[in-house]
Amino acid sequence: MHTLHRKLLRDLLHLRGQVIAVALVVACGVASFVAMRSTYVSLLSSQQNYYRDYRFADVFVQLKRAPEAAASRLADISNVATVQTRVVMDVILDVPGLAEPAVGRLVSIPGRRSPMLNDLFLRRGRWVEPGTDGEVIASEAFTAANKLDLGGSVQAVINGRWKRLTIVGIALSPEYIYEIRGGGSLFPDNRRFGVLWMDREVLGPVFNMDRAFNDVALTTAPGANLDEVIARVDQALATYGGLGAYAREDQLSHSFISDEIAQNRITSNVVPAIFLGVAAFLVHIVLSRLVKTQRMQVAIVKAFGYSNFMVGLHYLQLAMVSVLGGIALGVAVGWYFGLKLTTLYADFYRFPLLEYKISPMILVQAGLITLAAATLGAVGAVRAAVGLPPAEAMRPEPPARYRLGFFERFRAARSLSPATRMIVRNLERRPVRAAVSIFAICCSVSILVIEFGLMDSLNRMMDIQFRNVQREDVMVILNEPRSFRARAELARLPGVLLSEPFRAVPVRLRFEHHSHRSLILGLEKEHQLRRVLDRQLNDVSVPEDGILLGTKLAELLGVKPGQVVTVEVLEGRRPVRNLMVTGMADEILGLSAYMELGSLNRLMSEQAISGSFLKVDGKEEPTLYSLLKRTPGVGAVAIRQAAVDSFNETIRRSLAVSLTTLIVFASIIAVGIVYNGARIALSERANEMASLRILGFTRREIAVLLLGEQAVLTLLAIPFGYLLGYAVCVYLAARLQTELYRLPVYIKLATYLWSFVIVAVSALFSGWLVRRRLDRLDLVSVLKSREQ
Amino acid sequence: MQASPKVNDHRALSAPASTRPLAQDHDMQNREAVFHMHSISKVYQMGEVQVHALRSVELDLYAGELVVFLGPSGSGKSTLLNIMGALDTPTSGEVTFRDHNLTSAPDNELTRFRREHVGFVFQFYNLIPSLTALENVTLVTEIAEHPMPAEEALKRVGLGDRLHHFPAQLSGGEQQRVAIARAIAKRPDVLLCDEPTGALDFSTGKLVLEVLEQINRELGTTVAVITHNASIGGMADRVIRMRSGEIVEVHHNLKKLAPSELEW
Ligand SMILES: Nc1ncnc2c1ncn2[C@@H]1O[C@H](COP(=O)(O)OP(=O)(O)OP(=O)(O)O)[C@@H](O)[C@H]1O
Ligand SMILES: [Mg+2]
Repeated sequence: MHTLHRKLLRDLLHLRGQVIAVALVVACGVASFVAMRSTYVSLLSSQQNYYRDYRFADVFVQLKRAPEAAASRLADISNVATVQTRVVMDVILDVPGLAEPAVGRLVSIPGRRSPMLNDLFLRRGRWVEPGTDGEVIASEAFTAANKLDLGGSVQAVINGRWKRLTIVGIALSPEYIYEIRGGGSLFPDNRRFGVLWMDREVLGPVFNMDRAFNDVALTTAPGANLDEVIARVDQALATYGGLGAYAREDQLSHSFISDEIAQNRITSNVVPAIFLGVAAFLVHIVLSRLVKTQRMQVAIVKAFGYSNFMVGLHYLQLAMVSVLGGIALGVAVGWYFGLKLTTLYADFYRFPLLEYKISPMILVQAGLITLAAATLGAVGAVRAAVGLPPAEAMRPEPPARYRLGFFERFRAARSLSPATRMIVRNLERRPVRAAVSIFAICCSVSILVIEFGLMDSLNRMMDIQFRNVQREDVMVILNEPRSFRARAELARLPGVLLSEPFRAVPVRLRFEHHSHRSLILGLEKEHQLRRVLDRQLNDVSVPEDGILLGTKLAELLGVKPGQVVTVEVLEGRRPVRNLMVTGMADEILGLSAYMELGSLNRLMSEQAISGSFLKVDGKEEPTLYSLLKRTPGVGAVAIRQAAVDSFNETIRRSLAVSLTTLIVFASIIAVGIVYNGARIALSERANEMASLRILGFTRREIAVLLLGEQAVLTLLAIPFGYLLGYAVCVYLAARLQTELYRLPVYIKLATYLWSFVIVAVSALFSGWLVRRRLDRLDLVSVLKSREQ
Repeated sequence: MQASPKVNDHRALSAPASTRPLAQDHDMQNREAVFHMHSISKVYQMGEVQVHALRSVELDLYAGELVVFLGPSGSGKSTLLNIMGALDTPTSGEVTFRDHNLTSAPDNELTRFRREHVGFVFQFYNLIPSLTALENVTLVTEIAEHPMPAEEALKRVGLGDRLHHFPAQLSGGEQQRVAIARAIAKRPDVLLCDEPTGALDFSTGKLVLEVLEQINRELGTTVAVITHNASIGGMADRVIRMRSGEIVEVHHNLKKLAPSELEW
């Protein structure tokens, strides 16, 4: 065995380029598996532990106002385990150092710390002093973004009066792991939105909620039917202005995080599978070729009495050296990236403890799966090595059979030059190998198209939303519907060039047996600041009679234009009306319905607005903002530019890691395939290439012949890569299509071009590596031997 | 076509009367020398040991002549032929082909020289397995300046009816004739053949030699043939014997034999 080991070393040295290429592909597979799996496991267990330890609720509901006594009605519902009533109010905040008004969500907590649902994790500081006015516990993300610390304070407009809120504690809540305001915002803007927890005894009276509540969180008994509980809760709260209960799945923070975790799970399966598949293929072709060139050697070794097992093991070892090297590298890189990724998530999501855990199980799994894939790749080649009886193996391999290929039956193909024919015939001679190579390069292209394409789509989504749909600079939301007088006041604010009031009414829509919570947006007849668009971005007119539905909402209800939906208003006198669906709008964010403002007012039997879209003169912005901060009745202010900025910031941060990683991944696949393909072609056809050089072909010409094959494979793979990438984008967009937002699939030309460039550069680099060998081809030695 | 075996016997070749080592025959001096080789040496460094494949060889080849190289294995025949064909460069000495200096030219010029002036035929055919007979020839005619039609080249070697066969579908002799067709299709100035009949049986070998003789006669191509078969020398204008990297004997045939008259 000792001598066989020496042969192993020499072979490894000789094949070092290919051994390294295989190891790199394996490393990518292992690294992506280890990084994504460990991140997934870390996130999931952090989430689960957090929910359990801090009693994250199962059902949530907002309402107008209910006396505390009503809570017992909820507790009596069967399968309801714990009920937590709360007072929750959004108010305008004046944050030191921030010109624009921010929105604070005041959430009540018991004055004396006791176990509660959605409990706080007190990161620093202390609990509020019971009954002490002006003390709050602030969310960590908000304080960090605004550089606020314990003892710092913000001003809040509460009931039209300024109130200083002093931060005594900094905390996290399972309800706000992903801290966004809702109402169309998708990306956290921690400077302009924050949660502040206040003593219930202090907060209640201020908002006329003494011994009353406007928000409920509850847990259910294990195995409870959630739909039933929700229906009962809605029934119980109908008289108190209940806005419709919803389960965890629809809770903003939870649904974002769960989506993200689920995505990690999918990618942690798909990406490593691609790499390990490619690795198995490479092991197969490299080893098969080696066994062929060493046919004689195998025969001689066997003639000496080495067993099939020893010979097989020898070749398997050769593959394993490369694979084990890849595993070691992959584990190290995967570990590092897992840590990086988890840190990134910890930055984004607020867990009390987002600990990066890498269990030995994951490493063992990675190792075993990889070894299994490699063995699968090696087995055919090794079988060929040991299967041959020595006598037959002594004879040289029969010459390769070529024939007129499929493509040459076409007339056009007859005018091909001999060089082109060589390329075509070589490809046709090994159709499976060509197909697998194309598929692998296609995967590499599609990885890029998917990543860049999703980015394009996301940008497109934000572009449509913030350029075509939301054209206001500022949206002012009143804390309750106001009469038309407010309309004139808003229009008179400094710097306001245009004010378009709107009315937003929470409703439940019903059609046949479907129902869904939604918001009807009442827009003025002539509206330009908020547009309603179809898929081609044409204006859809808002009907004076009837209702316009977003496509996703219509789909959920199963309703088509011309049909009649039942509208149950969840506000005021809670009228119930039947309205004709006049059309559909292709909404990107949320699940809204649209009506003309006047007709919505008639439906509500009122003359009221909920807020206004403002177009603002930039120079007057500071004055406007400082005035808005102190205007009574303003519940929230949303600034378009701030939303765009928070989106860009989010993207920029997550991009830095993922983009470089994926470019490296895609390049390694392309290099692995093209380099190995070319090296094997060179080993098979070195004689042929030398003969051509003797006939007077230049180095460049033979390089074209040899590498042309790989170039053709790469070029063929690219359109498939585009298609696959596009298809996966469509699939992902459909899967990502939540009730919160819809991703329009939109891939820029630049994405296709970049994917092409990256893969082409990888291929050219591989070609260049092989070309250097080709240039050193020894012409004379070729003449001394028969093939091989 | 009468057989006159005695003349081509190896004893006849070594007969002192017709042998003038290292001298050029007066008849040849009237012809134009295409190759000039002056003091050619080739030394391979094998670790500590130096292998002298060629030692100060002096040789001229003339336009239109047919030369046969004989000599024991390892005597440097292939090395010399490869240097003439610009596949290899000598360690020292100078080789010129007409006005091309083959000793100092860069690789791309050597490639062009091969492309324009030289045709090669080797023992192992070296055909491109993925191309048919015709395509193997067009491969060369496409890059040559004044080639003959590929079909004509194949007809010349008697393979006009096997144009669309792949090498694997041809016999050894047929493959070798395709190799010759490929070599002559560009109308080379010289045809360098290294043991062209080495892998062939007697009658197939003769067929190949006839083709070479005919090319030499009809196209006026200078032909150099390496062989281990001394009787082939009978068809040459000159027979050059080598030993240990040196030319030990040059024999001028007064009467060339037709390949069919050879006996081995
Ligand atoms: N690449 C090489 N490295 C070392 N020595 C070499 C190399 N090529 C040839 N030689 C040596 O040069 C000498 C001449 O070799 P060459 O191939 O010219 O012989 P030859 O006359 O053609 O022999 P044969 O009739 O067997 O083909 C031999 O001794 C050989 O061992
Ligand atoms: Mg030789």
